[in-house]
Amino acid sequence: MGTFHQNKHVLHGTTIVVDTNGPEVYVGRCDDIDDDEIILLDADVHRDGEDGKSKQQYIDRAAQVGVWKRFDRIAVRRSAATLIRPLGDY
Amino acid sequence: MPYSPLLVRPMKEELTAVGFEELLTPEDVDTFMAQKSGTALLVINSVCGCAAGSARPGVRLALQNEIKPERLATVFAGQELKATARARGYFSELPPSSPSMALFKNGELVYFIPRHRIEGRSPQEVAADLTAAFERELASAAS
Repeated sequence: MGTFHQNKHVLHGTTIVVDTNGPEVYVGRCDDIDDDEIILLDADVHRDGEDGKSKQQYIDRAAQVGVWKRFDRIAVRRSAATLIRPLGDY
Repeated sequence: MPYSPLLVRPMKEELTAVGFEELLTPEDVDTFMAQKSGTALLVINSVCGCAAGSARPGVRLALQNEIKPERLATVFAGQELKATARARGYFSELPPSSPSMALFKNGELVYFIPRHRIEGRSPQEVAADLTAAFERELASAAS
C-alpha cells in the first residue's frame, strides 16, 4: 500500500531532518516541500547547544529513538535549509 | 476519531493471520504485559502507507526465523486509542511512534524499531533488522 497523497513531494510521510544555516535543526514528518517552504508535521526543533547538545548530538539521539512532538505543524523557509534528509538514513 | 473498522480490518488481519493477539482494550494490554517470563513482540500497527505497508510484511517475514518471540500481540494506532496509549506506557521513555515494534525479554524492553526506521525500506530490510534482533536478543532465551 502506498501513500494516500500522491500529489505531494516524494518525501511526504517520511520523517526528515531539516538543518538550517542558523542555529535550528528540525525533525518532523514531511507533509510537503515546494520552492518556498518545507512543511513538517508532528515536529521538534533543536537549537545548537540547547540542553548541552550540539545539532549533531541531537540528530544522533533522534535517529535512535525519534523525537517528541512539540509542534503539530512547522513551516521552514526553503532558503534557510542547508540539508533535507530522511532521519532513517542516519 | 478512530478509523473505519472496514478500512483497518485487512491491515489487522495481516498480523492476526500469523498468530498475533489483537489487544483491543487497556485491560487486554495489561494482561498481555503482565506475563513477564519469556519473550514477546508487540507491534503498534497503523494505516500509514508510508511505513506500515512495509512493517506488516516485514514482521511476517521475520517470524519465519527459527529464533523468534514466544508471544505476539498488536494494537492499532488510530483505532484502539486507549489500548495504544496503554501499550505505549510500557515504553514511555520513547517518543510515540506508529507503526513501531517493541521486543521484550522477561518483561524488559530489549529492542525497538520506530517508524522512521521503517519508512522507505522494503519488507525484506525490515525483516532483516527484526531477525537480527531476534538472534541477538532472544538466542539465550531459546536455548
